[in-house]
Parts: sequence; structure tokens; C-alpha cells
Amino acid sequence: MTNVLVFFDRLDEELSGAQRELLSLAGRIGAVHVVTGADPQVVPQPLSVKGIHDIYTGTGLIEPPDAALADLLETALAESHADVVLGADTPDAVDALARLAVRAETGLITSATDISPDLVVTKQVLAGAYTTTSQVTGEGPLIVTLKPNSVESVVVPGHPQEVTSLPVGPSQQTEVLASEQLPSTGRPPLTEARVVVAAGRGIDGDLSLIEELADELGAAIGASRAATDAGWIDHSAQVGQTGVTVSPQLYISVGISGAIQQKAGMQTSGTIVAINKDEDAPVFEIADFGVVGDLNEVLPQMIEEIRRRRS
Amino acid sequence: MSRPVHIITLVKWVPDAQLERRFTEQRRLDRSEGILGELDEHPIEAALQLRESLPERSVRVSALTVGPAGASTALKKALQLGADEAFHLADDALAGADIFATSAAAAAAVQKIFETAEFDADEPAEQLILTGMSSEDGESGAVPAQLAERLGVPALTQATELSLTTGHLVVARISGDVQQRLDVRLPAVVSVTDQANDPRYPNFKAIMAAKKKPVTTWALTDLGVAASAVTSRVEVLTAAARPPRTSGQIITDEGDAGAKIVDYLVKERLL
Ligand SMILES: Cc1cc2nc3c(=O)[nH]c(=O)nc-3n(C[C@H](O)[C@H](O)[C@H](O)COP(=O)(O)OP(=O)(O)OC[C@H]3O[C@@H](n4cnc5c(N)ncnc54)[C@H](O)[C@@H]3O)c2cc1C
Ligand SMILES: Nc1ncnc2c1ncn2[C@@H]1O[C@H](COP(=O)(O)O)[C@@H](O)[C@H]1O
Repeated sequence: MTNVLVFFDRLDEELSGAQRELLSLAGRIGAVHVVTGADPQVVPQPLSVKGIHDIYTGTGLIEPPDAALADLLETALAESHADVVLGADTPDAVDALARLAVRAETGLITSATDISPDLVVTKQVLAGAYTTTSQVTGEGPLIVTLKPNSVESVVVPGHPQEVTSLPVGPSQQTEVLASEQLPSTGRPPLTEARVVVAAGRGIDGDLSLIEELADELGAAIGASRAATDAGWIDHSAQVGQTGVTVSPQLYISVGISGAIQQKAGMQTSGTIVAINKDEDAPVFEIADFGVVGDLNEVLPQMIEEIRRRRS
Repeated sequence: MSRPVHIITLVKWVPDAQLERRFTEQRRLDRSEGILGELDEHPIEAALQLRESLPERSVRVSALTVGPAGASTALKKALQLGADEAFHLADDALAGADIFATSAAAAAAVQKIFETAEFDADEPAEQLILTGMSSEDGESGAVPAQLAERLGVPALTQATELSLTTGHLVVARISGDVQQRLDVRLPAVVSVTDQANDPRYPNFKAIMAAKKKPVTTWALTDLGVAASAVTSRVEVLTAAARPPRTSGQIITDEGDAGAKIVDYLVKERLL
């Protein structure tokens, strides 16, 4: 039997979509064990799901970027005899798992989209231009981070379970001077939204139409780097190579040229609709439905038409 | 006299993302041509800004790359941008190096650079290692933490702001949905995002000055590292070009495109 250790670099009251995917993939491969640096007190609630064998925490809260998370992982790895360690594709998870890979003298594969039963990992590389399969060599466990929106989520609610607290505590290496919750947008989380409306330099600083459309569609708002660099939209909304990767059912690209670094973050979307006044904009090369036109004329009509059909 | 500061910035020579990138039949990335990864200009800029923020201290910026002969062009650019000296670790045993192998090789080189550096000061230099947020080919962002693990120092990744006072580095970064401000004692590894700064362009004077700066080339044996210590732990089985996504219907707005988008969304059952 294959043992899979799932690492949660953070844990809120509810599991995120990405965390559900991790549990689902782990369950497909083998017996699921979970380890997290979260406070042992708050862990049972979100992890009340079927099919988890063990839940490990430290003696108390251990927060990223504390390298003690790697101590915790190392201890949990020994306890669980895991053949596979899985984490989210976030910088915090990558940091801890990267350290673990050094300690376990094994390979780390980031941004995977799938793992087969014989532990072959699929991922996309070079901004999506290639698909590779790879595996670890040697005796060590396979350590992988999973890109969100990669596997089907099948998590069944269950009873709260016992938590095993391992003898690992936080280190004093870094001092936290400030830790501030970022303001919520009041919209669906960008990486999990079914619909994303994304704005680029073409909006010229005016977000009102984008927000109106997003409201109509219950969509998350994304952006190009040009739009976030200009300060029109928070950086957390940036889609692309140095932002987030999204894979919604519908991605509406507005006033974005479609540079390779932008495409890298959205080209696996189900349907792509693009509005751009330049018919040569590269975004049209990947759009399922494209409109060559001025967003200031197209969007108001689109919003109007959606409202008309709804009423 | 205050302690000198020694900053090593890691820069990778990568195939230009604007051109076609491909795998060879050996399932390795074709590295016949390349540039200094654009994301690796940010740690250099961060190092230069730290130096400028500490006019009373002696700050040395060393650039390090691990890569084949061609990677010297990345170092040349780093020197033009303002690094003081450059180090190039090149060895056939590192061809196709994964994260594990790269970090092992880089850690050995970093140790050697720090060990052999001489400063005109009574106290030893404070040591800081800056990297980019991710390489543009490997895109793992994992080398910094592995490097830190091998050096036995803290890693603060994805820094958007940095400042240095004696012995301490203060870094701003985002952890999930939390904005953090962290204080860490040097030595440390810090990866710098593209949000941290706007890299400068080298001017003519800087380009000329770069020609006189020292470049040291090493093979693994110069660092006392056996090839077996830098073997990759990941094996690529297949690499297949993905069929590019094709375009569908593109229309030109004739006053009704907004409605036509809605028609399309309804037809596709997306609305
Ligand atoms: C290392 C690196 C990493 C990067 N990472 C990212 C990333 O993660 N995400 C990202 O997005 N970019 C990233 N970039 C930047 C990227 O290369 C592009 O510069 C950026 O995506 C451009 O944003 P844009 O399309 O909004 O702006 P532009 O390229 O300026 O395009 C604006 C578009 O709006 C159209 N437009 C203007 N007015 C109107 C109007 N009234 N109606 C309709 N259309 C209009 C124009 O025709 C044009 O096509 C990165 C670059 C580098 C070098
Ligand atoms: N071969 C290399 N030589 C020098 N620096 C590297 C190399 N590979 C990775 N790095 C550094 O590590 C950072 C993260 O790379 P990666 O983990 O490959 O995404 C890069 O931005 C570089 O600063």
C-alpha cells in the first residue's frame, strides 16, 4: 500500500479548493495522512473528512516561512512511512517541501497536474508549451506540489478525528514584526472562480465596467501585470507567470494584449473570450470567441444584454 | 569601522521566453542560446539598492551562475547592471541538473565565494544571498529554499521589500492572504519578486566598466565537489510539445458585438 502525506501550509475554517484537490489526488494514490503547522486546536474541524488515516501537527502553531515546518515534515514523513509527499503549489509549501527534499535526498517536482498510480508525474513546462512526465530516481519519497484546478475533487465529509501532536515547535530564526490579513475582495477567490473577468492596460485606469460585468457574472477579477503595475488593481489579482494561474470555465480577457507571460496563467481556461481593439493582439490566437473592438462600447452593451436576458 | 556586507546574487542563464523554446531528443531543454533571466535582474537591482542605502559601509555584490559555457553572457549582463565580480560554475556533470543538483552545486560555490573573499576590515563581512523568485525555464522557485537548507540558514522567499541594518534584514512578503514583515539575522537566503523593484538599464559607462571586472570560472573539482554529489533526483521520461490552443471565431464590432458575446455564452451554456 502506498502512503501519501499531504502537507497543508495553512489551514482555515474550511478547506480551500486546492486543498480538496490534494486530498482527492492523495486518496487516489494510496492511504492519506495529513500534516500541518496549523494550531492543533483548530485542525479537526476543517479536516473532518472521510479517508484520512492520521493527522499530524507540531506542539503548537508553526507558521511559514519558519524552517521548523521542514522539521515537522521530516518527523511526519518518518511516522507515516510516506512514499509520496504532496503539497499545494504555493511559495510557502514549496519552501518547506524543498527543504524536506534535501533532507530526504530526493527529488522535488513542482506545479504538477497529475500523478499516476505508478508515481509518474505529469506537468506543463515552458509556459505551457510542453507536457512532461517525470519520476524520482533512487529510494527517497516522491515530493510534489500540485497546481490548482488539476484534478477532480471528491471529498466526503466525515467526523472530526484525533490529532497526533509531534514534538516539533516553532524556531526563533525569524522574528515576525507584522502580520496583517489582506483585505478580501468580496468576490470568489481568483484561483477557484468559475468565471474570471480580467483587465489589462486597455481599461486605462477605469475599473467600473470590469466590476459591473464581474458582478453580473459572479466572477473573480483578474489582471495583467500592466494593470497591476499601474496600481489600478491589487497585485494579488495578477494572472500569469509571476502571478496566479487560473483555469476557470470562462475567462474574459479585456484590453489585454496576451503576452506569453499572461497566457502562461490562463491558457488552460475552459473558454476564452477576448475583447481588444487591435486585431493583431496575440490573445486572439487562443480566444474561442474574440471581438475586435473598443471595450468601452462592447462591455456596456454586453452588461445590458445580460441584464435584459435575465429580466 | 562598520562591518562590510557581502551579497551574492544568483542568476540563471535561460532560453529567451520570447523565442521558441524546445526540448532536445535527450529530453533536455535546448540551451544553445540564452539570456540572463529577466526575473534574475530583480535580485541584482535589490543588491544595488541595498548598497546605495548603506553609503557608509563597504558592500560587495558578487554574481554567481551555474550553467554551461554560454552562461557567461548572463554574468556579463550582471556585471553591466552593477555587480562587482562574477563567478561561473560550469561542469559537464551539471548538464540537465534538477533542483536538487543545482542547489547542491550552488551551495558549494556560495561557500567558496564567502570563504575566499577578502575585505579590508577588522570584522568579517555580513553575508546575504539574493535570488530571483523563479527561473524562467525551471520555474520551480525551489532552489532558494534548498540552497538555504544546505547552507543551514533561514530562507525568506518572494520578498517584495528589503532593508538592511547591522546584522538584520527586514523583508516584506505575502504568505497566503497575510502580508508579513519579518526580521532575520544574516546570513540568509532571500528570493526577490518582480514587485520588489524596477531593474535599471546599464548605460554606456557601465557597459565599458563591466569589461574590467573579474570573472572566475570553476569546475566542480575546484570546489572539492564530486560529480556524485550533484546527481539529479528527477528523471524526465517524456517531453511532448503541446498542440497550441487554436482560435475560434473572431468578429469585428459593428455595434452589436456585446450582444453577440452574450449569444455565444448562452449557446455554450456558460450563462
Ligand atoms: C519575467 C516577466 C514576467 C511577467 N509576468 C507577467 C504576468 O504574470 N502576467 C502578465 O499579465 N504579464 C506579465 N509580464 C508582462 C507581459 O510581458 C506584458 O507586458 C503584459 O502582460 C502586458 O499587459 P497588457 O496586455 O495589459 O498591456 P499591453 O500589452 O499594453 O496591452 C494592452 C492591450 O489593450 C488593448 N486596448 C487598449 N485600449 C483598448 C480599448 N479601449 N478597447 C479594447 N482594447 C484596448 C490594446 O490593443 C492592447 O492589446 C511579465 C513580463 C516579464 C518579462
Ligand atoms: N543554474 C542556476 N544558476 C544560478 N542561479 C540559479 C540557477 N538556478 C536557479 N537559480 C536561482 O534560483 C532562483 C529560483 O530558481 P528556480 O528554483 O529554478 O525557479 C532563480 O531566480 C535564480 O536566482
